[in-house]
Amino acid sequence: MSEPLHIELGRRYRFSASHRLHNARLGEEENQRIYGKCNNPYGHGHNYVVEVRFSGTVDPATGMIANLADLDGFVDQQVIEPFDHRSLQDEVPVFRDMVPTTENLCREIFERLRRFPQAKLEAVRIEETSNNSFEYAGDKPENRER
Amino acid sequence: MVYLTRKIEFAASHLYDNPALSAEENRRIFGKCNNPHGHGHNYTLEVTVAGEPDPVTGMVLDLKELKEILEREIMQRMDHRFLNYEVAELKGQIPTCENVARVIWNLLEPKIPRGRLHRVRLHESADLFADCYRNGAGGAA
Repeated sequence: MSEPLHIELGRRYRFSASHRLHNARLGEEENQRIYGKCNNPYGHGHNYVVEVRFSGTVDPATGMIANLADLDGFVDQQVIEPFDHRSLQDEVPVFRDMVPTTENLCREIFERLRRFPQAKLEAVRIEETSNNSFEYAGDKPENRER
Repeated sequence: MVYLTRKIEFAASHLYDNPALSAEENRRIFGKCNNPHGHGHNYTLEVTVAGEPDPVTGMVLDLKELKEILEREIMQRMDHRFLNYEVAELKGQIPTCENVARVIWNLLEPKIPRGRLHRVRLHESADLFADCYRNGAGGAA
C-alpha cells in the first residue's frame, strides 16, 4: 500500500510583464471587438502571481517533496528570467504566434515546469490581477482539478 | 457535494535539523532553516470538509463545531509552541509544511463528525503552502 495521503507543495512567484491581446489572423475591427482595451496597440502590463503545486513523496530525511532552493532556481530559470519585465508577444518566442492571454500563459508555464525533475507538477494557477485567476492542470484525467 | 472551508491562524516556531546528517549537510540542505535557535511563522490553516448539507439544518457540518475541533486539536497544540519540542506528533520528523500538514490531517480526520475531511491547506507564509488529501479522493473543489 502506498502513502495513504496525497501531499502537494505549493509555492507562489511573481513577475511583471506587458502584453497585447491581438490575433494577426483577424482584422483590426474584429480584434477590437473581441479584446477591447486589451487590444490597445502599445499593450499594457500586469503583476502576475504564479502559483504552482507539485506532488511527490515526502522524503523522510528532509521532510520535503522537493528542495525549495532547487525549485526556486528552476522556476527562476524557466519562467521568471524569460518573462519578468518583458513584453510577452515581442520577447517570448512562443507568443509570437499565440495570443498571450493568461489562459495560454498558464499552459505555457505548465509545459515549462512539468520538466522539474524532483516532483510531479499538478497545476499552475495564475492571478493576472487580484480579481482574475486561471488554472491549468494538464489535459490528462489524473491531472484533473482537485 | 458541498465543500466548506474554515480558516485559522496560529504562530509557532521551528527549525530543520536531521540528527542523522552532519552539521555541514544540514546547513547545505536546510540553509537558514537550520539556525539552531529556530525561527517562527504565522501559519494559516484552511480546513475543507466535503459533504451533503443536512436537509433540516442546511449545514454540511456546524461551523461552531468545526471551530471547537480546530481550537482543541490544533490551536491548543501548536499555537505559540516550538513545533520540534512541544508537539509530540512531530517527534522525529522535520517540521516542514508537508509534514505539519500531514500531522494536522491525521489529527483532524478522525474528529470530523459529519461529512469528510477533503483538504488541509497549511500556509507557512503567503508564498509557501502544503495541501493534503486522502489519496484517490480527489474531485472538484
